[in-house]
Amino acid sequence: MSAWEWAQLALYFVVLLLLAKPLGAFMAAVYEGRIPGFVRFLAPVERGIYRVCGVRPEVEHNWKQYAIAMLMFHVVGFVFLYGLQRLQVYLPLNPANMAAVTPDCSFNTSVSFVTNTNWQGYGGETTMSYLTQMLGLTVQNFVSAAAGMAVLVALIRGFVRRQTNAIGNYWVDLTRSTLYILLPLSIVLALALVSQGVVQTFRPYQTATLLQPTSYQQPKLDAEGNPLKDGQGEPVMDTVAVSEQALAVGPAASQIAIKQLGTNGGGFFNVNSAHPFENSTPFSNFLECLAILLIPAALCYTFGVMVKDTRQGWALLAAMTVMCLGFLALCVHQEYHPDPQLAALGVMTTDGADMPGGNLEGKEVRFGVANSALWATTTTCASNGSVNSMHDSYMPVGGLVPMVLMQLGEVIYGGVGSGLYGMIVFVVITVFIGGLMVGRTPEYLGKKIEAHEMKMASIAVLAPCLAVLAGTAIAVMTAQVSASICNPLPHGFSQVLYAFSSAGNNNGSAFAGFGANNPTMNLLLGLAMLTGRFWVKIPVIALAGALAAKKHIPVSDGTLPTHTPLFVAMLIAVVLIVGALTFIPGLALGPIAEHVQLFAAK
Amino acid sequence: MMTTAHSKSRPLFDPPIVRRALLDSLIKLHPRHQVRNPVMFVVLVGAVLTLILFFQALGGHGEASPLFILAISLWLWFTLLFANFAEAMAEGRGKAQADTLRKARREIVAHKLAEPRRSAAIVPTPSTELHKGDCVLVEAGAFIPLDGEVIEGVASVDESAVTGESAPVIRESGGDRSAVTGGTRVLSDWLVIRITSNPGESFIDRMIGLVEGAKRQKTPNEIALNILLAGMTIIFLMAVATLLPFSLFTVTALGHGDVITITVLVALLVCLIPTTIGGLLSAIGIAGMDRMIQANVIAMSGRAVEAAGDVDTLLLDKTGTITLGNREATEFIAADGVRIEELADAAQLSSLADETPEGRSIVVLAKHKYGLRGRDIEKMHAHFVPFTAQTRMSGVDMSGTRIRKGAADAIQRFVEAEKGVFPPNLRSTIDSIAKKGETPLVVAQAANGGPARVLGAVRLKDIVKGGIRDRFAQLRTMGIKTIMITGDNPLTAASIAAEAGVDDFLAEATPEAKLKLIRENQAGGRLVAMCGDGTNDAPALAQADVAVAMNTGTQAAKEAGNMVDLDSNPTKLIEVVEIGKQLLITRGALTTFSIANDVSKYFAIIPAAFVTTYPALGALNIMGLATPQSAILSAVIFNALIIIALIPLALRGVKYRAARAQSLLSWNLFVYGVGGLLIPFVGIKLIDLLLVALRLA
Repeated sequence: MSAWEWAQLALYFVVLLLLAKPLGAFMAAVYEGRIPGFVRFLAPVERGIYRVCGVRPEVEHNWKQYAIAMLMFHVVGFVFLYGLQRLQVYLPLNPANMAAVTPDCSFNTSVSFVTNTNWQGYGGETTMSYLTQMLGLTVQNFVSAAAGMAVLVALIRGFVRRQTNAIGNYWVDLTRSTLYILLPLSIVLALALVSQGVVQTFRPYQTATLLQPTSYQQPKLDAEGNPLKDGQGEPVMDTVAVSEQALAVGPAASQIAIKQLGTNGGGFFNVNSAHPFENSTPFSNFLECLAILLIPAALCYTFGVMVKDTRQGWALLAAMTVMCLGFLALCVHQEYHPDPQLAALGVMTTDGADMPGGNLEGKEVRFGVANSALWATTTTCASNGSVNSMHDSYMPVGGLVPMVLMQLGEVIYGGVGSGLYGMIVFVVITVFIGGLMVGRTPEYLGKKIEAHEMKMASIAVLAPCLAVLAGTAIAVMTAQVSASICNPLPHGFSQVLYAFSSAGNNNGSAFAGFGANNPTMNLLLGLAMLTGRFWVKIPVIALAGALAAKKHIPVSDGTLPTHTPLFVAMLIAVVLIVGALTFIPGLALGPIAEHVQLFAAK
Repeated sequence: MMTTAHSKSRPLFDPPIVRRALLDSLIKLHPRHQVRNPVMFVVLVGAVLTLILFFQALGGHGEASPLFILAISLWLWFTLLFANFAEAMAEGRGKAQADTLRKARREIVAHKLAEPRRSAAIVPTPSTELHKGDCVLVEAGAFIPLDGEVIEGVASVDESAVTGESAPVIRESGGDRSAVTGGTRVLSDWLVIRITSNPGESFIDRMIGLVEGAKRQKTPNEIALNILLAGMTIIFLMAVATLLPFSLFTVTALGHGDVITITVLVALLVCLIPTTIGGLLSAIGIAGMDRMIQANVIAMSGRAVEAAGDVDTLLLDKTGTITLGNREATEFIAADGVRIEELADAAQLSSLADETPEGRSIVVLAKHKYGLRGRDIEKMHAHFVPFTAQTRMSGVDMSGTRIRKGAADAIQRFVEAEKGVFPPNLRSTIDSIAKKGETPLVVAQAANGGPARVLGAVRLKDIVKGGIRDRFAQLRTMGIKTIMITGDNPLTAASIAAEAGVDDFLAEATPEAKLKLIRENQAGGRLVAMCGDGTNDAPALAQADVAVAMNTGTQAAKEAGNMVDLDSNPTKLIEVVEIGKQLLITRGALTTFSIANDVSKYFAIIPAAFVTTYPALGALNIMGLATPQSAILSAVIFNALIIIALIPLALRGVKYRAARAQSLLSWNLFVYGVGGLLIPFVGIKLIDLLLVALRLA
């Protein structure tokens, strides 16, 4: 790995951490109702939204009202998005004449975008009309992200407030997240991406004449659409000459900006950010990659500001960053040590003066190994799921990294809002065990952690694990799914496990090469996404309510300090042990078996 | 009846307790008992399941060799038995204690009085037929039938049956020493007692119930921990249950290898779920109460013991806790023109017959500092003048010389009446002593009708207990604030507070002021502990989160508190807090240990479980365990044995040292976290070697 690549990785984290503080402070100000001057011009819009929707912003919710508002909002979002896909053929802005999306795919996609998962069982440019992409998917990109941020803010209020039921107004939190944070950042990012050549147009798909016409063979079909066979039973082939190519375009930049910033990940095109129109230059790659972790990292600082102890925020950010760097190092290391059997075939796989080396299968040569591994790590640290390389083609352990990162519950930075509230759930568990070890009833930020809090925290940790494990188990036992696994074992198993790890933790990325767009998978993955999102969100809101009702205990020397390196280390251990141990047996049958087989064969 | 309730000397593995615990651990296998503990219930289900699989294998249709299944099954049963044994051991110590107490609760014929006075007619009544409000006469040598309040008489009472303290105590009507406990014995004189509890509800009955743990309820923190453990059990149950379809799919798709057996799945599950802490959890809780009892404190509930660990504010009575209780002379300060020896001599003479602790301390100081021996007052034909409220002086008259000592203004009156002058220089000395919170005594002498002269002053000081300052410093590092409660004026209080190193003080304390102080602290989110004995302490005791009533105290105080200190030692409060903390730390440490253990068990079981499917996974067998079967069995055996190995720790509690939370955490994390990570690697390997050596695997 070249020094230049090291420098790029270092630059990435430096810029990320430098931006965390100002953006975090800005978001804290927004959530505390101190709207900063440079976005105050949007305040009339905010008031207008409340007036139109009949929201009384000064009325705060208790946890049940907050949870019900959140659920209602998502039900409406789901119905709207489902309808839009089913009816897109009759609606405008459909220059490519896309047909109505199938019911199971519409269900899956609606759930996927409502839950901020953005799993795509379909190819965007061959399935969705411009209207569906913009009015359906892009809108959900914003509001599903904002919903996660709202729940986080409610949880933070639970720590800050004392002896009250009120944890904030869901509609206000949702509106402010979208209007003051996500929209302005998306506009800035979209413009920057357009400057790099990312497309943004309503024009239909373009036709380009190939400089080098080519041809390919395809089986000849009979009247019923079955392949014709010759006398020997071999299929009869037709040669097709190709002289021009349809270039899929569309309003991509605006969707990509929020897809990255809102940890959504659903690409405009099927190959996501590996597509040159979606990710054109090294700089656009840097920006898009930065946008993945930007808000989740900054929210840690927001948390610190709002609980009036920024050290607490830095501690969480430190835990996240340490874990992220560790996994990144593992991934990069693996990807620079490709299949030993390739070398035996005379393929140059080592770093050389004129060759980058490493495992380049499934990677854009424009980005190379390090930037691909960086994206793979960050996109699965956060619950983003966009890709700029195909994780399916990673080395076994290189592919294990994104899988484990998802299985940990998407708490290393994690989704916007959802990552931090997931991490706080782990903090609650860590504090519980650590607090006992200092001889006190555990407490975090002055709030006692008792039976009810442990119950909610346990459900929140449990639900995604159950979704992943049960989903994978049912899938591999289903004939339709086992039939669509095209890779031999153990990699084929990894693909299914990856799919459910992604859905159950609302990531959305996939091991490509596994046909997931069938009714069984669409249904199972849809259920996994719903479980992974709402069986975490609702307990977290309940946790916020319970914490807000508690008294505040003053800090003393007997209090477990939660901002020290020791605590950060303990938190990391709990996340890794509680989060990952569950999946070790499954991983052993997937990537670990693949790895030991591959390297034992040497 | 000189049996003692003390269990301080009882060894950890007392043979009679062990015998009873062995039997109890079998009885506790009943599902009704196991279902209360989700972790161990899963083990029970696994044990039954493997036993069924064993019988199936005997029939020749088994999934593995019958011997292997039987070995796993047996060790699962042992796991259950070991956990039961831990609990039974903890309970056994309480039961032994209860048996001792039960002996004190004897049925006797009481002398019931027709009317509440000694002279009333006596009706002999069995103690079981007495009721609340009845009055009884108890004479020397007789047992007090039930708890009551002395309404007439004063007597010495042997309370060793309850307190273990053999020195008799005085009980008298009125005041704070009127409460008597059923089962104790009057040694001298007689008492008329109004019964305050019905048979079966007395203090001893409650104590028996508490130490036996018969009605033990889970404490809040125990419930919270149980939820976490149950959650982890569900996660691992899911991880193991889904492994079967994973394995089925893999074997089908590969076309070779064996599907993972149910026996191995059960073994993996039991190794992964937190059985170490799950099996020891209730033992830890019971042992915590038991440690309180060993410290001679009866906690009315486990909740109180737990709350003690959380206490961050201690209200401590000055007298008896912080100071020795009496003032002591520490210095003689001669007036101008008086030799210090002369002052010391006069002060000693005036105090020779003074039986007050202050008087005795003056004699001792003069002897130590100036070598003045005590003299026989009779031989000197001296006449002792005792202290009266009118004169506010005491002293001695002998052969024309009159020596007086007392408060400055009283002596000034004496001196001026005897035509003497009170030296102005001494006045400033006296003021400076008072300002330090100490008490100045002035000594004057009038000889043969001459003018009286002031000899000087004696400095009397509240003596702060040795080591108490260090104790408070420790408490401060533990994050606990100490507040001294005293009836003294603020000046005196401040000075003693500074000397003892308490964080704050409440001077001129009234019951109302105490109550207010507690409420203020609680409103700030603090947990307050206090101890008290008087009836006027009852409201504050009821308000405090941890309230230790002195056994010598009134019935009202005992009812209001949630602990009773049988030794009636106010310093005990600090120990109570430490026991509470120790209880919580033990839980946390074993939970950490239990979770950290899982890592190594994966390395033992995963390669063994899938060796036929993916032989290359043998690379994960970093311990080099002999065979797949020995690997799985070793992990299960280790998992069972670690419970037995940790019973002493669970019963004794993790050693507690006063330190800041940060250093406690790093130490315990190192010992139980890192230790928990590494120890099983060694343990499992050793068991595996042993199994191979014994040709069992």
